[in-house]
Amino acid sequence: MTERRLAFHHPPGSVTETREIPLKLELRGITKRFGDLVANDHIDITVEPGEVHALLGENGAGKSTLMNQLYGLLQPDEGQIVVDDEPRVFKSPRDAIAAGIGMVHQHFMLVPVFTVAENIALGAEEVRGGPLGWLDRRRSRRDVIETSERYGLPVDPDALIEDLPVGAQQRVEIVKALTREVDLLILDEPTAVLTPQETEELLTVMRSLTAMGKSIVFITHKLKEVKAIADRITVIRRGQVVGTASPDTSEEELAALMVGRAVNLEVEKSPAEPGDSILKISGLVVDDDRGVRAVDGVDLEVRAGEVLGIAGVQGNGQTELVEAVMGLRDVRAGAIHLENEDLVGRSTKRILRSGVGYVPEDRSHDGVVKEFSVEENLILDMYDRAPFGNAFRIDGGAVASNARHRVEQFDIRCQSPASLVGALSGGNQQKVVVAREMSRPLRLFIASQPTRGVDVGSIEFIHSRIIHERDQGTAVLVVSSELDEVVGLADRIAVMYRGRILAIVSPDTPREEIGLLMAGITGDTPEGAK
Amino acid sequence: MKRFWSANNFTLTALSMIMAVVIGAVLIIISDSTVLAKFAYFTARPSDAVSASWLLVSTAYADLLKGAIGDPAVFSAWFSGEATWQQAFAPISETLTYAAPLVFTGLSVALAFRGGLFNIGAQGQAVLGCIAAGIAGFTFGLPIVLNLIVAVVAGVLGGALWGFIPGLLKARTGAHEVITTIMLNYTAGLFLAWLVIQQGIQAPGRSDAISKAVAESAQLPSPGGVLRVHLGIVLAVLTTAGVAWLLNKSAFGFEIRAVGANPHAAKTAGISVAKTYVLLMAVAGGLAGFGGATQVLGTAHALTPSVAGNIGFDGLLVALLGRNRPWGTLFAALLFGALRAGGNRMQSFSGISLELVTVLQALIVLFIAAPALVKAIFRLRASRATGLGASLAKG
Repeated sequence: MTERRLAFHHPPGSVTETREIPLKLELRGITKRFGDLVANDHIDITVEPGEVHALLGENGAGKSTLMNQLYGLLQPDEGQIVVDDEPRVFKSPRDAIAAGIGMVHQHFMLVPVFTVAENIALGAEEVRGGPLGWLDRRRSRRDVIETSERYGLPVDPDALIEDLPVGAQQRVEIVKALTREVDLLILDEPTAVLTPQETEELLTVMRSLTAMGKSIVFITHKLKEVKAIADRITVIRRGQVVGTASPDTSEEELAALMVGRAVNLEVEKSPAEPGDSILKISGLVVDDDRGVRAVDGVDLEVRAGEVLGIAGVQGNGQTELVEAVMGLRDVRAGAIHLENEDLVGRSTKRILRSGVGYVPEDRSHDGVVKEFSVEENLILDMYDRAPFGNAFRIDGGAVASNARHRVEQFDIRCQSPASLVGALSGGNQQKVVVAREMSRPLRLFIASQPTRGVDVGSIEFIHSRIIHERDQGTAVLVVSSELDEVVGLADRIAVMYRGRILAIVSPDTPREEIGLLMAGITGDTPEGAK
Repeated sequence: MKRFWSANNFTLTALSMIMAVVIGAVLIIISDSTVLAKFAYFTARPSDAVSASWLLVSTAYADLLKGAIGDPAVFSAWFSGEATWQQAFAPISETLTYAAPLVFTGLSVALAFRGGLFNIGAQGQAVLGCIAAGIAGFTFGLPIVLNLIVAVVAGVLGGALWGFIPGLLKARTGAHEVITTIMLNYTAGLFLAWLVIQQGIQAPGRSDAISKAVAESAQLPSPGGVLRVHLGIVLAVLTTAGVAWLLNKSAFGFEIRAVGANPHAAKTAGISVAKTYVLLMAVAGGLAGFGGATQVLGTAHALTPSVAGNIGFDGLLVALLGRNRPWGTLFAALLFGALRAGGNRMQSFSGISLELVTVLQALIVLFIAAPALVKAIFRLRASRATGLGASLAKG
């Protein structure tokens, strides 16, 4: 690290600031309350220069709240943020960036129709000729190229964001933070959207950044990655630091620390006993919302008593495939049969009624009505049939007793069945959806990303319920971008890439091979790479 | 008490009303030149200005209350036999008369809103209700009771038609209901203005724009005399109960609320969002049409271009004030009715123009629509109970 040059326009006062020693960060007794809820309870963390510090915790443990305070999006009620032995107050991300702290959010903050260089300059534009001057695009572009070369992060400054794959978009976010000359980078669940290969690349980038003296705070709940990259691990549970660990700690121990009890990470199941074919999809063609072909001639078969897993990086047509089966999306061509019944053209209501259970991938968007109570959400697709009601009225008593039963059966943690689903944690919301869809006799159960944003404890439970459903003779279709999940649950794995099924493999296939298939690389067509 | 002082809906509504009354008082003072003149020598003799202001404001608001609820003097006169009970209850009767149609239009807007639709078209739907009920009322000449029922049903159907059209347009083409209902408001208003001067509709022997009178058998029964109140208010309460049941207990109400809160989740759960929109708009239109029918059959007894007054647009405010809940809407409508009835008396006794009442109504709604403002003024503790801001933002 040579002289600290600020690549972009900065607020007055900070421009002359130079620092040659890498940044050391201390959080001392950080406490944040939201009403009666203590989101962060006297948290102490020290991030040494040049280390990858993993922050491990379940959803809702308070990781994001903590990082938002560090990045100036929230202000702590108590405690201090100390940068290089100097207490600092961050009123906005601008202050945090000026102090050398950058953040890459889980959901990228990029404008899809802008170029890479424009996105990187956004918020710190090079302007010539005073406040009403014009943009100096040439200089922005040069800065991008320089930064990307310095850190070995190749990005094309002229590409449009919307044309880039997710991994490249994330690289743009990292370059964006680095052009602000930050010395500490917060990565919030960075691998959630990446393929195994992209994840591997990211880990390499992280290693080279720390080698250059940058520190990284790595927020995640994926234990494997933590073990692979972290120098130190801090585990947070219910707003408190419950322990620090070294990367040598076993996954089981880390999970137990995270959840507060012993967790079984393996999905326990006996070999499948497949029966008759239940779902048969042939030559299916479906378009996405923009009218672009998303599913391009898919043939699939799911038999009773087996779990068919669809592996694939998000955005390769899995969503559209499942929505077409559920009657939520028009079918351009092809056939979908549930045993002998043709599902194409049927309404979603009739499909659900013919013995199909469906857990949509986006829980808060499609799965639950947050303004509704747990009771109401548990009958969201059964409200007008026995025993809950008929076409005219709903039997409140039956709804309530059903809710009591399901809350107990599925271990849904809520104050009462009458409390709003929006007040529940992600894992418990997901249990509401799973409980609802499994509370009637099924022939086919479809689960998209069944454990996304769900804590480790609930993942274990949801997986065991899915296997239980399979063992009762239901045909199960699981779609997940988490390879571990697909491998753990499925009896057969279909790998989907660009709207097609590239291969159907056994779960015993080496991960590496499945990972390559997810990236579109099959043994016989190596040019499919990249 | 601590609970009261947190920012719940009830507290916010009450405080909004207090703020409106205070600002109204200021307006009353500055619009009166004689009181204002006393402020010219305020530093010399402040008591003059203060007592004059107090007298003016207190008389004005006392008249408002007397006109809306009742005058104690008239009650004591009734007890001593110098006045009739009808006179004593005339103010309440006025309040209920003004409130009745607003209950229906308020329910129309509130119900649509719960389903995620912003029904600006309650006015047009009410006008169609007026037209259909009015024409049915003076055309068929059916026997008593039956004539009334037919006229009311006609009004409901008229409004339902005017709600069904934007619902269908939204479901089929995605046309936004705000735009289409505003347009249909103009259409309905102009159609009424044209209709009342057509032969066969216009009252015989009249050159002004008024239709034939509704047959007596089709009118909503009323005690008569100074008591203008009619069966409409009873129907309004029953309808409120019906809408409350529909919304909270029926399968259709479940669909409405699900679609209104999260149409994507509703669709995923197999609820047809398009069908719900169409049916909901028709029902909402029917409610507004019912309101129009009570106006014609209960109060006006004939069609004029302005027979529907402003009941549809006031319905928007009533629904807002009632926070889109059926019973809340009923009480909001009663409040609006009371303000209107009291305003009449305030105008004739205190000489304060009726527009002040409109300003008061507007201020109450304004403060309720901006809960952050009221919270800031009274430093209320934060509470998540106020769903209105969010629901407005969504609309």
